[in-house]
Amino acid sequence: MRIGALPNVTSQRTDNLRARTRGAKAVPSICCYCAVGCATLAHVDDGGKLLNVEGDPESPISGGHLCPKGAALFGLTVNTARWTTVKYRAPYAERWEERPLEWAMDRIAGLVKETRERTFVKERDGKRVNHTLGIASLGGATFGIEENYLLGKLMRSLGVVSIENQARI
Amino acid sequence: MPGLGTSFGRGGATTFVQDLKNSDCILIEGSNFAECHPVAFRFVMQAKERGAKIIHVDPRFTRTSALADTYVPIRSGTDIVFLGAIINWVLRNERYFKEYVQHYTNASSILTEEFRDTEDLEGLFSGFNESARSGGGGSAQSHEGASQSRGEAAPGGGYDTQSWQFEEEEVPRFDGTGTASVVRRDPSLQHERCVFQVLRRHFARYDAQMVQDVCGTPRALFEEVCEALASNSGRERTAAIAYAVGWTQHTVGVQYIRTAAILQLLLGNVGRPGGGIMALRGHANIQGATDIPTLYDLLPGYLPMPAIQRDEQDLASYLKSNAKPTGWWANLPKYMVSLLKAFYGDAATKENGYCFDYLPQLTGDHSMIPTQVAMKDGEVKGYFVIGQNPAASGLNAELGRAAMERLEWMVNLDSYETDTASFWRREGADPAKIPTECFFIPAATVLEKDGTLTNTNRLLQFHEKAVEPAGASRSDLSFIYQLGLRLKECYKTSTDPKDRPILDMTWAYAHEDERERSRGEPSALAVMQEINGYRVSSGEQVSGFTELQEDGSTACGGWIYSGVCPDKQTHRARNREADDYTSPDWGFSWPANRRMLYNRASADPAGKPWSEAKKYVWWDERGQEWTGYDVPDFPLTKAPDTPAKPGATGMDAHSGSDPFIMQLDGRGAIFVSSTLKDGPLPTHYEPLNSLVPNALYKQQHNPVMCEWKRRDNPYNGVANEDYPYILTTYRLTEHSGIMTKYVPWLAELQPALFAEIDPELAVARNLKNGDWVTIRTAVGEIEARALVSGRIQPLRLAKGRWVHQIGLPYNYAPLGLAHGDSSGDLVPLVMDPNVSIHEAKTLTCNIRAGRRNKRKRSHVDEDVPAAQRSQEGAPTAHGRDFPGPQR
Ligand code: SF4
Repeated sequence: MRIGALPNVTSQRTDNLRARTRGAKAVPSICCYCAVGCATLAHVDDGGKLLNVEGDPESPISGGHLCPKGAALFGLTVNTARWTTVKYRAPYAERWEERPLEWAMDRIAGLVKETRERTFVKERDGKRVNHTLGIASLGGATFGIEENYLLGKLMRSLGVVSIENQARI
Repeated sequence: MPGLGTSFGRGGATTFVQDLKNSDCILIEGSNFAECHPVAFRFVMQAKERGAKIIHVDPRFTRTSALADTYVPIRSGTDIVFLGAIINWVLRNERYFKEYVQHYTNASSILTEEFRDTEDLEGLFSGFNESARSGGGGSAQSHEGASQSRGEAAPGGGYDTQSWQFEEEEVPRFDGTGTASVVRRDPSLQHERCVFQVLRRHFARYDAQMVQDVCGTPRALFEEVCEALASNSGRERTAAIAYAVGWTQHTVGVQYIRTAAILQLLLGNVGRPGGGIMALRGHANIQGATDIPTLYDLLPGYLPMPAIQRDEQDLASYLKSNAKPTGWWANLPKYMVSLLKAFYGDAATKENGYCFDYLPQLTGDHSMIPTQVAMKDGEVKGYFVIGQNPAASGLNAELGRAAMERLEWMVNLDSYETDTASFWRREGADPAKIPTECFFIPAATVLEKDGTLTNTNRLLQFHEKAVEPAGASRSDLSFIYQLGLRLKECYKTSTDPKDRPILDMTWAYAHEDERERSRGEPSALAVMQEINGYRVSSGEQVSGFTELQEDGSTACGGWIYSGVCPDKQTHRARNREADDYTSPDWGFSWPANRRMLYNRASADPAGKPWSEAKKYVWWDERGQEWTGYDVPDFPLTKAPDTPAKPGATGMDAHSGSDPFIMQLDGRGAIFVSSTLKDGPLPTHYEPLNSLVPNALYKQQHNPVMCEWKRRDNPYNGVANEDYPYILTTYRLTEHSGIMTKYVPWLAELQPALFAEIDPELAVARNLKNGDWVTIRTAVGEIEARALVSGRIQPLRLAKGRWVHQIGLPYNYAPLGLAHGDSSGDLVPLVMDPNVSIHEAKTLTCNIRAGRRNKRKRSHVDEDVPAAQRSQEGAPTAHGRDFPGPQR
């Protein structure tokens, strides 16, 4: 590339520089923040490492543009502040402890069953209600359709009725 | 959503963002478009380059205002006065689109003699029943000097909607067998009880002077907006309106959107290119989480959850109370039966009502706020919080956090430590006293999982997994799937009928990839294929919802999304082929891949485009079908001159020129006769916490809003001198909940909470830019840095009274790289009656220089006396009866 009237001064080092994303796989994705739904491309190297996230120029909505949040998507995934282990806080405890995922899943399923057994109501005023008000679930607007669907199906089958997300609009 | 749903038929933006570029005038109100939906704003700019006039109405001058042609200041909480006055202006000056109004709206429908308007009854409609919902004493209480000086009328009643119905007349049935009743109409719009005349009278006092007195908007600016909208609407031109949560988070939020809908119907802007109402949703999947909802009262595809108040104890009674005789909703039985088949598979048979009784019944309002109150009162034991942070973004957030202390267990899924997960070690809390057992499950980010998100204009787009989840992180889907498997295991040997739903629930979502499967990962594709629907006998996908049946031969998890996976090889949300307009091959837009809803209205009653300039969908005489740039939102071969068949069911009851196919009468609803709980027409009520009395009516607030008059939820009251300023909340470009606050680049751009304060107020309260300032409401206090800025200006109301407004971002919370107090600590619990949304866009407050006090265990820690729990408003709470007309 040439900038200006005269040949640019280059060194062998700069001549040999290549974009980080060159040759990397570009995986199509979508920004997870606001509902504009800008399309992104996530560049991943052969070792499965995330190199970069940028706007997909093909998108009829975003045309390759991203706002500051979308442009910082890389830092959402690759971030030392992330919590990537399962944590548990026992009643009255002062700190979190790490636990295996399997242990936590079993414990949670057990608690759900126990609470459901205790709070399930079959009838009220002579009418069938088949629900529990003892368990509630909150969340959905920031995760996907498939996740919403499955959560709704599971919770309703358990008899949970307090199922909510931020989409109250 | 009901704002759009009741007016037009579907709860989604009527158009798509790219089409905004075809607009001749765009009114942005209740939204800071440029900063909150930045990338879509480029289409507004493209319209401007074409010569469109851009108007921004907002309490604050923002970057949206800077890029608009005209900035119009307004007092927050008064938009119905502003828009209602535009409606009045349009009617008085005969600037409405006459043919459109006559043929495509219910303006000509005639109301019965029983109907009384708010003009007749001091701000109430006929049918108001004071005691319909009042549960107890509900007297004003005072708390720490926050005296409750409530308005005159005591809120808490409910409406009987019988007097809001249309008059009917008998006409010969289409098949010659007797007569059928149809709505009486006066196409000349002259009948004194026709909707058009009722509307005229309803808004007659909403005029430029009223706008100046109530909204604080200068008269000349208001008139400029009226002229701009009217002169950019009609056959040759179209105007669009864009809004966001600035319109929804109010005790009358649904009615704000209704006012805009009425205006767009009068101007003839719905279903036409460059027109419509662009609802700008906040989070990535807000629209999707309503379509395929995690909302207590809705099943996928806007099918209502069964409720004991409506006596929907079996499938037959459910279908009877929800299927509509005329219009598209006559198909509801097909969608409901197919949903039950998708949920319960082979167990769902005709004989057992397709397992309808597996679904739990609603007994009250189980939305977030009543649940939070019930949690505080110890009724909720276990809580799943997935990708949300109520301890920060919740309302009366300290009450919310105190409520969590009463839980037995809580499971939080997120990618970062949230204020919710660690509520037990927040400022002022004593972990040694908190019994809650807490789990944190690390969640994969969007790049670490497959999935589909529905954007603000109903567009489904797929994201592919790019990298492996970090550490032990898993997708939320994986968590739900695994929990389901375990619960099936837990109940394996049960013979109790209450456990059948868990055992019979279809749950075959193993991943197609061997490696993922071996790790127990579910397949997002398999879930979407179930949502799309399939034939039960062969397992083949259906190609769209028109193939769904009522006889149990099809299964479909979300009828409005049907068509997204029309065969096993295709996932249309994955499509990435764009063109320069509707881009039908980029993603999949519900319903049936339509980009613009109600697009039949882009042609005149005879099926011809209203003008060459605004051509979109039209009747092709030669091919005898509807055609155009988009999938027609109309039965494809139904000719424009097809007459309506009186007495027929479903779509046959509509004529070939009734463009709103979801509606009973096929028309846009200026007047909504039964679905809304707070009135058939929008009416201005002051926000719960307001500086002034209602200038229009004796009725101060929305008469049917839901309040919690408890000592842990005190209100500022009306015109309380302790709280002399207006407070409005908003979001920043750089942040979105917890997710962004740990991202270093974003934390550097917007590191901490600030409060925007106008220079005059800053002088009066001795504040300089950058100083600490404490903001207080009756609910709580927070601290922020003062941002002294002329972007927010005092407004002059009636009798020359000046009011100051303060702006506060709601993105912050104590945890994160970027952090600060959270504005949720200032917002009291109160709900609009239709969608149970809170009021965060307009509050009152006081400020003082300096930092707030350290948080101690406060009043909210104590239990509320049982007597107060059942006070007024509480009958709508979790698990208790809710009144009200059917949806
Ligand atoms: S990049 Fe910005 S505008 Fe685009 S979807 Fe993400 S948050 Fe929204």
